[in-house]
Amino acid sequence: MAAADLQSGSFEQLAMPLFDQLYNFAHWLTQNPDEAEDLVQETYVKALRGFSSFQIGTNFRAWMYRILRNTFLTSRTGLKVTVPIDPESDGSELVEIQTPETLAIDRSNSQLLQRAMDDLPVHFCEVLLMCEVEEMSYQEISEALSVPIGTVMSRLSRARKALRERVRKDFAVRSDSTAAING
Amino acid sequence: MACESWKTKIESYVDDELPPDQTQAFATHVRTCAACAADALARAQTKRSIQVAGRRFTASPEFRKQIQERISKPQPTLGFPLWVIASAVLASLLVGSVGVSYLGRRREQRRELYSELVDQHVSTMASSSPVDVVSSDRHTVKPWFQGKIPFAFDLPEVQNSDFSLIGGRVTYLDQIPGAQLIYAVRKHRISVFIFPENALPVRLERNRGARKQASFSTETWSQGGLRYFAVGDASTADIDALAHLFKSPNS
Repeated sequence: MAAADLQSGSFEQLAMPLFDQLYNFAHWLTQNPDEAEDLVQETYVKALRGFSSFQIGTNFRAWMYRILRNTFLTSRTGLKVTVPIDPESDGSELVEIQTPETLAIDRSNSQLLQRAMDDLPVHFCEVLLMCEVEEMSYQEISEALSVPIGTVMSRLSRARKALRERVRKDFAVRSDSTAAING
Repeated sequence: MACESWKTKIESYVDDELPPDQTQAFATHVRTCAACAADALARAQTKRSIQVAGRRFTASPEFRKQIQERISKPQPTLGFPLWVIASAVLASLLVGSVGVSYLGRRREQRRELYSELVDQHVSTMASSSPVDVVSSDRHTVKPWFQGKIPFAFDLPEVQNSDFSLIGGRVTYLDQIPGAQLIYAVRKHRISVFIFPENALPVRLERNRGARKQASFSTETWSQGGLRYFAVGDASTADIDALAHLFKSPNS
């Protein structure tokens, strides 16, 4: 078997299991199915092309996410996105004023959550997706986003807080509407 | 309210990121602390809810098949039709010279690099929106890159030449951000790629005159710590002339 076939074969074995999650992630970022397909396609093409430079033993998933994210950030949609440079942090100073016991978001509120996530800035949405949906470790996220772990922790904390605030706001609007209808 | 000593650590606990000794200590603590238990439970519940809500989009089976087919074939068969032809011809031209020696490896790395640049040029030309900043004015295009790439570069004045600037876009080569400028010369298009020299994975000759590889002309040169590549389907004379404008001190 030619070297290119071998390389292509092992790349396929590593990359195809990530297809569903990469597509989901791409769709969240682009908010558009056609753009998501373009993004995933470009990611796979670039990753296969650069696979010879991938170091076996390092995190392949984080590498794929990094390629997807960089590709997105240079796309027409991605260039409109501003990713802030967070101050470096070890995450230890992060104390939320509002504890979440006042708002345990129920799974039945999926649509409400999705709407709130739609409204989040990309840099919050992506870190939430990586941590909560893909269950990536802080280390993996740090590699995928090319930021220190402390930044991952602080960004994650702020993302969760922003999400709760959006959901809380939506709850309040709904309660007001219900009261208006009933009253 | 959660206890002061655990407040900053509950999130890491729920994310399974606390060291084992602290995880054990917190697990012991919540047996006797209702506030911390409720806090951790609420966070875990929210985490699970986001997990469900976040798995929202599913690709079509046709798209999955398309990707699978693309990556299951050897690299030269990937991409767009023109790219396929270019890469296949380029590969066949160079594959004979690739050996196991150091020089052979370097040659192979350079071949991959040129091949990738040709791919990028072809992909850009095939795109419905090839540039992200559309302007023939170099004083508009240059500042557009500010903050988008980690270096600055100069564009030549092309007003009294056969060339016209179409625009530019940010591009990546082996994860290195760079600039891609598109020029027109008659009906041909030329991409000028610019990357920081020391970030490139391959060492290249300082200046390499225009060459014809497959159906594309390429030229590369180094200037002011930056590496320039000109790629296009124009003649080698045109590529050389554009490179000369870039290298000119008056540009």
